Amino acid sequence: MQESTLYTITIFSENTVGLLNQITIIFTRRGINIETLSVSPSAIKGIHKFTITVFSTKDMIEKVVQQIDKRVDILKAYYSTDDELVFQEIALYKIATNKLLALGSIEEIIRKYNIQILEMNETFMVLQKTGHYKETQGLFDELKDSVGVLQFIRSGRIAITKSKVERLSDMLASIEEKVTNEG
Amino acid sequence: MKSKNNNIEEIAGQARNDSAKGTKRIISGSQILIESLICEGVDTIFGYPGGQIIPVFDTLYDFKNEINHILTRHEQGATHAAQGYARVSGKVGVCFVTSGPGATNVITGIGDAMLDSTPMVVIAGQVGANLLGTDAFQEIDVVGITQPITKWSYQIRRAEDISWAIARAFYIARSGRPGPVVLDFTKNAQAQNVEFEYQPCDFIRSYIPVPEVNPAQIEAAAQLIDEAKKPFALVGQGVILGNAEEELKAFLEKAGIPAGNTLLGLSALPSDYPLNKGFLGMHGNIGPNMKTNEADVIIAIGMRFDDRVTGDLTKYAKQAKIIHLDIDASEIGKNVPVDVAVLGDAKETLAALTEKVKKNSHTEWIRSFDEYDKLEYDKVIRKEIHPEHGQITMGEVVRRVSEATENKAVLVTDVGQNQMMASRYFKYSQPRSIVTSGGLGTMGFGIPAAMGAKIGAPERTVCLFCGDGGFQMTMQELGTIMQEQIGVKIIILNNHFLGMVRQWQELFFDERYSFTEMKNPDFVTIARAYGIASKEVNEREELDGAINDMLQDDKPYLLVVNVETKGLVYPMVPAGACITDILLCD
Repeated sequence: MQESTLYTITIFSENTVGLLNQITIIFTRRGINIETLSVSPSAIKGIHKFTITVFSTKDMIEKVVQQIDKRVDILKAYYSTDDELVFQEIALYKIATNKLLALGSIEEIIRKYNIQILEMNETFMVLQKTGHYKETQGLFDELKDSVGVLQFIRSGRIAITKSKVERLSDMLASIEEKVTNEG
Repeated sequence: MKSKNNNIEEIAGQARNDSAKGTKRIISGSQILIESLICEGVDTIFGYPGGQIIPVFDTLYDFKNEINHILTRHEQGATHAAQGYARVSGKVGVCFVTSGPGATNVITGIGDAMLDSTPMVVIAGQVGANLLGTDAFQEIDVVGITQPITKWSYQIRRAEDISWAIARAFYIARSGRPGPVVLDFTKNAQAQNVEFEYQPCDFIRSYIPVPEVNPAQIEAAAQLIDEAKKPFALVGQGVILGNAEEELKAFLEKAGIPAGNTLLGLSALPSDYPLNKGFLGMHGNIGPNMKTNEADVIIAIGMRFDDRVTGDLTKYAKQAKIIHLDIDASEIGKNVPVDVAVLGDAKETLAALTEKVKKNSHTEWIRSFDEYDKLEYDKVIRKEIHPEHGQITMGEVVRRVSEATENKAVLVTDVGQNQMMASRYFKYSQPRSIVTSGGLGTMGFGIPAAMGAKIGAPERTVCLFCGDGGFQMTMQELGTIMQEQIGVKIIILNNHFLGMVRQWQELFFDERYSFTEMKNPDFVTIARAYGIASKEVNEREELDGAINDMLQDDKPYLLVVNVETKGLVYPMVPAGACITDILLCD
């Protein structure tokens, strides 16, 4: 058995109804859990970008990505490992204001974790931290033990490849060129 | 069958003129649907009406001269008929069904078409857009249900989108690796009146149906082939779908390469073609299976290394370099690691490869298949097709029917022992001569698929072999055969068992025949109820006469042959075993 590692799958698709289902059923068939998922409009108008992370083997991820890529409404799908990416997650923490103030120095924790305060009132505060999973989790663990966390939410991963441009724009350009030439 | 007075060109022509002149007619969504289908060249539809598709059927009433609608007796029958039609004709099969149960009844046929790469467009009625998501009467999430088993599934909610969706549906269904498309058509869109304009689709930016041939891949493949001492080609349905039979022969002949066929690849090469070494896989011929594990280079052409072909993957062709020609990039390396992938349409890639490879003969290697052919003949085939005593065997019925048609008929099978016996012992002399459910293995496929095949190739004789089990899964379609007078020749190989499961129970489950024995009705009486000529045969001596009676005209016929109850299909590679671990009869 090959070792299971975390892969990030990047998918560019048309923005059609039911697209997410088309993607997730491919994972379902092979019994793969989605760890994180993030969807948003891409830099190219009308095209959406999915960033999905899963634990899988190289052999499996290759096949899954090809099967995603094959779907009619998918423009391009590819996978990357962490070393090929710059990636980030965002986390929000709701804390009871009196408990945080009772800690004494807020400054220390803010500096240590590079936290932003998004909201503060008499009852609660909302802190924001961006970073890798380990970092957002580290803050959660510390806050949970010291002051308690009332609510916590973490986003799916977003990622950018270390290669120079978005590969999709090249692909689109070459398709458009071919169609123009043939037409 | 109905004779049609075709105004199809006229209607399609008017649509084109309207588009060109900018004088668009305002017509109903239902009429847009029908005229769009006509623009796509559709002249045959298999369907079944219901509440949410009545407006479409109402419009169809005005187009009876242009479109031949076949009313099946169940929606599943409509899809298998569309598959049979598509497989023999190469055209897209089309179905009309209603929402809810109409749509859920087509799931089996859609799944079958997906696994067997059959071009099909299913148009299902749907409740009005204002009712979507409300659990309205006969509302079901058709797009959600069919997404995993279609190339494309789309809901049409506005009449403005109909002609666009139809154009796209046909383009997707027939291009590249073909497959099924579902259009979920809301009732409000059927009734709405809008301007009609038809633009065929030949480009979708997110979809590359045929990868461009890469000369480097051709070069690498040619080099491996030139260096090979024992090259072996595995021929799949991709050759037939790509109309590449002549290119395949040219390639095999120039490079001197013997070939085996997958189930769906049968009839890509004629049975008596010298380089055709037979049928691959679980119930295939001994030679091609043994030689797969002897060859030094394997050239897989438009096939997908299905587990029924490969057996135990860890012991499959490990000694060979593998070249895989396929139109679908996701097939490369899916089951078997590939040394050289050649992406593209088989017609192009085979031609390019033929040009590059050196002339070769491999006489010794080709001749080495003979010993296995002889072994199989002595151990299996002779007993099956020329038995000297005992009950009639399945194989002899198949071979006699095949010969009585001068091996020119289209073979349609159901699933199970009948399917394997028919595929093994029927002979093929031209392409598109087998219609069978390969990937999904759908019992009940046979009767409706045979109807569709006959409608798709009316000039050919269509012979269906089915078991007593599969026949009873879709025998309501005898009603369709009666109404349309579809001249299919149905042969039931009746052994009063679900034979293939019984075979596994005998061989692998200690002869514990759990729920496989069947008490059957009098099939001849059933045929009589439908006005279909029929005969039952018990004795070998009666067989030829009955076959001749069956084939004497172009009318439907049911021949019931009571065959040996405990017949077994051999050779057999047990599921999951190595392809050289072949069981033969004692």
